[in-house]
Amino acid sequence: MARKISMKQAINEALDQEMARDPSVIMMGEDIVGGAGGDGERDAWGGVLGVTKGLYAKHGDRLLDTPLSESAYIGAAIGAACCGMRPVAELMFVDFMGVCFDQIYNQAAKFRYMFGGKAETPVVIRAMCGAGFRAAAQHSQMLTPLFTHIPGLKVVCPSTPYDTKGLLVQSIRDNDPVIFLEHKNLYGFEGEVPEALYAIPFGEANVVREGKGATIVTYGLMVHRALDAAAALAKDGVECEVIDLRTLSPIDMDTVLESVEKTGHLVCVDEANPRCSIACDVSAQVAQQAFGALKGPIEMVTAPHTPVPFTPVLEDLYIPSAAQIAAAVKRSRAGGRH
Amino acid sequence: MTRSAITPLIMPKWGLEMREGTIAGWLVDEGRRIEVGMPVLDVETDKISNAVEAPDAGLLRRKVAKDGEVLPVKALLAVLAEAEVSDAEIDAFIAAYEVPAAGGDEADEASAFQWAEVSGIRVRYARRGPEAGVPVLFVHGFGGDLGNWLFNLDAVAETAPVIALDLPGHGQSDAKLPGTSLAALADFVGIFLDQLDVARVHWVGHSMGGAIGAQFALDHPQRVASLALVASAGLGAEIDGGYIDGFVKAASRRELKPVIEKLFADPSLVSRQLLDDLLRFKRIDGVTELLAGLGGALFGGGQQAVLPATQLPAAGPPLLVVWGAEDHVIPAAHAKAAPTGATVAVLPGAGHMVMMEKAGEVNALLRKHLAR
Repeated sequence: MARKISMKQAINEALDQEMARDPSVIMMGEDIVGGAGGDGERDAWGGVLGVTKGLYAKHGDRLLDTPLSESAYIGAAIGAACCGMRPVAELMFVDFMGVCFDQIYNQAAKFRYMFGGKAETPVVIRAMCGAGFRAAAQHSQMLTPLFTHIPGLKVVCPSTPYDTKGLLVQSIRDNDPVIFLEHKNLYGFEGEVPEALYAIPFGEANVVREGKGATIVTYGLMVHRALDAAAALAKDGVECEVIDLRTLSPIDMDTVLESVEKTGHLVCVDEANPRCSIACDVSAQVAQQAFGALKGPIEMVTAPHTPVPFTPVLEDLYIPSAAQIAAAVKRSRAGGRH
Repeated sequence: MTRSAITPLIMPKWGLEMREGTIAGWLVDEGRRIEVGMPVLDVETDKISNAVEAPDAGLLRRKVAKDGEVLPVKALLAVLAEAEVSDAEIDAFIAAYEVPAAGGDEADEASAFQWAEVSGIRVRYARRGPEAGVPVLFVHGFGGDLGNWLFNLDAVAETAPVIALDLPGHGQSDAKLPGTSLAALADFVGIFLDQLDVARVHWVGHSMGGAIGAQFALDHPQRVASLALVASAGLGAEIDGGYIDGFVKAASRRELKPVIEKLFADPSLVSRQLLDDLLRFKRIDGVTELLAGLGGALFGGGQQAVLPATQLPAAGPPLLVVWGAEDHVIPAAHAKAAPTGATVAVLPGAGHMVMMEKAGEVNALLRKHLAR
């Protein structure tokens, strides 16, 4: 039965149901149970924003509160994955990946390749991402491109509660390391989610709106901005196709190319900084593989190449807006900047 | 002339979840004489698009809804009136028309469906229409759900109580089966009806749901007031095994689309939402294995394992057999195997989902059949 729940609840439900289904699923993270040494009642935080609240009561010691050392517990989670467990490590903010990056990109991502395909590393690293939370430059980044650059990692960034549950379940069941990025400004976003367990396969983009006027490719929070832009453009008679990539590695270029062949216009929207971003990647692949289908220049709408500002006024300007996306669609359809 | 001579044409409610529709195009010009049942305009919902048919005859005096406009259920689309009615009267009618509350809130949506626990399996169902009378039970086919009847339930519920369920392992019912034989499914529906205190039904079954109905009529003749078999299994051996396998195996939108297009004479009716809803069902843990087991048992190797509808007695309950002439899944020629005495209608321009593609005609056939 489907009912409406928030993205935060969808994450909690996926973890809860997969832990109940598979005893090898364990969790590690800072304050995911409650403060270490607390009685689990008064200070049961369930993670910095309460996403894992209630799981300790159901699954007990399979949730480990770790010391404040990402390099230690991400390494431990990867090690546990090599030894047959299915750990889900919560890293709080993706911005903190730097302190444990060796374990991720130079260890976990390489094992399958370096051990002749015989080693599996079924670890999930969950982290919050994205701006708009007034959390300043060190807690607000959209670092998806750092991970898509590395072969051996799978990278997921969902936009709805339904996709969040199904993709997190798939991440846990997947036998490779998965970076699962949750946009903190979508935690309260509600949508219909089945109570039953289900998995959404990786590498399958979702066409969230159909149209023939232009293709808007994006992921995460920007899906909603793109839909706002598409709704505004529809009033002017331009019907846009909006593609939610859902997983960035693997990436479903087939769906993107098929759409661009129909619309002739591509607008890539990315909350990440512009250089070497997902927007750049998609733009380059389309330019290479479907140049003949393009009827106008490829447009990119991204954050500027700056850190995320702390002042709310500037932070709001930093995040790509529906108006910028709509303007980019119009530029591409007009044949370029004038 | 009085106001009563003005007939409004309103946005229909196709299915329990429809809230609004988009005007996809007018099929008739102003000033044209309309007959009952004539398609007047196309409307798109997030599920499917279809033609709005005229409920009454009359002269199309005014198109109120514009192309591309999104309007709520029961909104005024057009005005039918004889030539004697003045333009001023029509203007006044349009100005005074208020959209009745469509009950579009979530509470209404939730109460549209009910749940029953049948032999340890949770079943979703809908009940509509008047209290009195023998209920009409709608049973969908393999891989379907009660939403397959979205153009039929409300139309039939105007005159008779209606029950539609998601079979076990289908739709939003639990992903479990009571067995993989028609008899096991028929028994299950019998227990479901017991729980609703329903002794007898008019059974309307599509595809596999028709074969289950025929089996139910053989096993429990006293419980079946009449039987309507829509593009039904159980009347002949052939079935497109490629469809069954393709449906079971398709894991993505791209794989599923060509499979689902086989269900319709007009493949453009397969909308994004229809495919998304099917994928949501198919992704639930256990569903793929369950469908593979059921499809293998009933339709393995492109052959129907049992043909209960061919064993129905000629002196049995009234029998209606409806088919779409362009059915690519189960050949319309199977209609010829219907027992003597059956009313048979093969509708051109429709495929396996004939009750969606030719909803108006199927509803008229059902009304006539139920009145027998």
